[in-house]
Amino acid sequence: MTKINIDGKEVDVPAEYTLLQACETAGSEVPRFCFHERLSIAGNCRMCLVEVKGGPPKPTASCAMAVRDLRPGPNGEPPVVLTNSPMARKARQGVMEFLLINHPLDCPICDQGGECDLQDQAMAYGADSSRFAENKRAVEDKYVGALVKTVMNRCIQCTRCVRFVTEVAGVPELGAIGRGEDMEITSYLESALSSELQGNVVDLCPVGALTSKPTAFHARPWEYTKTESVDVMDALGSAIRIDSRGREVVRILPRVNDAINEEWISDKTRHVVDGLKTQRLDRPFVRIDGKLKPASWRDAFAAIAAKVKAASPKRIGAIVGDLATVEEMFALEGLIDKLGSPNIDCRQDGSKLHPKFGRASYLFNSTVSGLDEADAILIIGSNPRLESPVLNARIRKRWLKGGVQVGVIGEQADLTYAYNTLGAGPESLAAVAEKSAPGLTKPVFVVGAAVFTRADGVAILASLAKAAAAAGIVKNGWNGFNVLHTAASRVGGLDLGLVPGEGGLDAPAMVRAGALDVLFNLGADEIDVEPGAFVVYIGTHGDRGAHRADVILPGAAYTEKTGIYVNTEGRPQFAERAVFPPGDAREDWSILRALSEALGATLPYDSLTQLRAALGAAHAHLVRFDQIAPADSAALTAAAALGGAVDRAPFRSAVADFYLTNPIARASRVMAECSALAQGRLRQAAE
Amino acid sequence: MSVRRLAEKQPDSFAFTPENQAWAAKEIAKYPPGRQASAVIALLWRAQKQNSYWLSKPAIEKVAEMLGMPKIRVLEVATFYTMFNLEPVGRYYVQLCGTTPCMLRGAEGIKAVLRKRVGEPGHVTADGLFSWSEVECLGACCNAPMVQINDDYYEDLTPESFAKLLDDLAAGRAVRTGSQIGRVSSEPIGGLSALTSLYGSDGKGAAASHDEKPGA
Repeated sequence: MTKINIDGKEVDVPAEYTLLQACETAGSEVPRFCFHERLSIAGNCRMCLVEVKGGPPKPTASCAMAVRDLRPGPNGEPPVVLTNSPMARKARQGVMEFLLINHPLDCPICDQGGECDLQDQAMAYGADSSRFAENKRAVEDKYVGALVKTVMNRCIQCTRCVRFVTEVAGVPELGAIGRGEDMEITSYLESALSSELQGNVVDLCPVGALTSKPTAFHARPWEYTKTESVDVMDALGSAIRIDSRGREVVRILPRVNDAINEEWISDKTRHVVDGLKTQRLDRPFVRIDGKLKPASWRDAFAAIAAKVKAASPKRIGAIVGDLATVEEMFALEGLIDKLGSPNIDCRQDGSKLHPKFGRASYLFNSTVSGLDEADAILIIGSNPRLESPVLNARIRKRWLKGGVQVGVIGEQADLTYAYNTLGAGPESLAAVAEKSAPGLTKPVFVVGAAVFTRADGVAILASLAKAAAAAGIVKNGWNGFNVLHTAASRVGGLDLGLVPGEGGLDAPAMVRAGALDVLFNLGADEIDVEPGAFVVYIGTHGDRGAHRADVILPGAAYTEKTGIYVNTEGRPQFAERAVFPPGDAREDWSILRALSEALGATLPYDSLTQLRAALGAAHAHLVRFDQIAPADSAALTAAAALGGAVDRAPFRSAVADFYLTNPIARASRVMAECSALAQGRLRQAAE
Repeated sequence: MSVRRLAEKQPDSFAFTPENQAWAAKEIAKYPPGRQASAVIALLWRAQKQNSYWLSKPAIEKVAEMLGMPKIRVLEVATFYTMFNLEPVGRYYVQLCGTTPCMLRGAEGIKAVLRKRVGEPGHVTADGLFSWSEVECLGACCNAPMVQINDDYYEDLTPESFAKLLDDLAAGRAVRTGSQIGRVSSEPIGGLSALTSLYGSDGKGAAASHDEKPGA
């Protein structure tokens, strides 16, 4: 720790701190454009100039000068930094005047207006007028893909976007061509960016040069109602802010959550919003003479009740989709239970993960932030770049720091970091188990959810557990056995125990022709229900599930209801409601509550509060938000003994097309465009 | 300086000649593993030379591939340095020094010849022989005004001698590089005016001082 005097206030900061960080510690605000906490230091905007005594006798860029670079005074006094001296003020004003020389005066038509760093800082630190009378520079706008709109006249060349795609996203496709006044930010010959995290450059851009293409000219930032919520596009549970105007969600932005997503979100999380407005189910439908006809709630319930009464309890079942909240899964479980059926499953992908193997067998046990400490990462049957791009960026961050071995068993893909390929299929796991790796203190497995969907899923779990024990993945004080789920509802469902009861059918068995008479489908769109059963679809979009349905009950999407989502770490998080469901659609739990009454199996709660109280009584850890209930790693030791024959087929990732993994994304025009671009790249790469 | 873009008409492919390929391998080997990107300027330069003094898109991509660099990183370098020509140039590519010493010594006159004979900067003559651009100081101020044509300097020019030089080049006649008025490198034009003899008037100073060894 080093003492330093900042604006007359003496603070004690680590010597490796930059002056800018030290100033922030001391509570002195320093303006900046190019500096960003999570990116490398560029030092090219010069906005953070301060006056120092004990360093060079000129204004110093505080972002690029470390505390340890300053000398103490002649009598050993700590070095002095002045952020508001006449010299510092004049220097900043000069920098601001230069920045504004070439910046257009188009704030009234700029989407960044109202949340623009340049605007704010020009007000706070700039002069009232410019002395520049010559022509401003003009720069051609660039095409960089479907998500980022560019107005390059506004660019102040802070290079945050270049550093982000190079460092965090790991896809070095942006660069600064030319030099001096003619420097331009562009991708190589204006090709579309291929990163799944490219939307973040819009947040990073301190001016209006990079703005969001899908939401261009929609609204001003001060018009939004801002709702803090949780993302459901993957199982990571990224912290998001939903910006809505009136009845419509306009955009989704990340919130800082260092435990999960730092401050990034994937493009699917950010740009799926237009999918919330199209293909929506906004009234109940009943299939009459083979065609779905609009109906009233009463008629729909009556149609269901008739079928349920006629069916024997054993011939009734329920499948839960990927986007369900804990509350509605709990309500569905209660309903199926009351109907006397053992057939319920939250694993529409046919996963063999099961609560009976213990909670540790299906959680991301090391936690996401635990990856930062890992010294070996073995990715098994997963493509984290597609299954959870933000988590992949976290692995990349760990890899960049060095001192970590990354291995992959499964598909070879560009993960944005270098890795060793240890095999393609389960037989390689045995090799890992035999070859103990000495000297590793915190190794982790990142196991893709898809490996458990194979027919030999249980045997694979056993061999994974065996390999984990041998490789020191699970030991005292460290559990690095990590399952990377792809469905936001999955861990919640498994925690609730939404798996077939005694003699019950699992999801693949339930959808088989003639297996059931009545099937309740709570938003499961990734599974084909074969003919035979009377399907009641409770969901939001006219997707696969709705097409097969006999009765459609319109539900609420994740932005339209409050609810609990348990992320892949087992962390229950609370999602807030931003807008109301469209038309006659209702929150799913209330649909199930009303339906239960119509079926003569009334659920014992009339409000969401009562439901949560019942949920808390049954599963206390699910209502302790943001806290991960520790999972007993002994479960993995037990799982190692499960045994079973392992097929030699190679592992495959759960996600083939990142942009189209759920009904909301499939309804989105923007996601379709991104998907087409990505498929085009794949085709080109194959040629 | 202005915005620099790749040429609109691009060749389909680029490949180093075997000699240049071998040279490039040697160049890359100069740097430790993982630092191959350090060879980017050298390789681009050689690629430009091989490709009639301009850098094509396939050449940039080829260099990126050879060095394991993202294409945009190589494009950044190629657009940053004006010594890389992104458009085709004439067979004789004239770089005229227009910086102060040359300007004071008559670079404007040379420029007038170029404008008359070749046209505007960047324009290639119909016969494909000439194009020119104005560059900053080439470091031959003593012999101002001067131009660089391809790899050679032509110094101490006058509009007349420069026009003749262009004529000779166009006709394929032999030309002399360096000073066009016959002086050696940057010796004074009118003969020596100082240091006319070695070490004193008798010319023996050198030997004497040479013999005086300290402590002898």
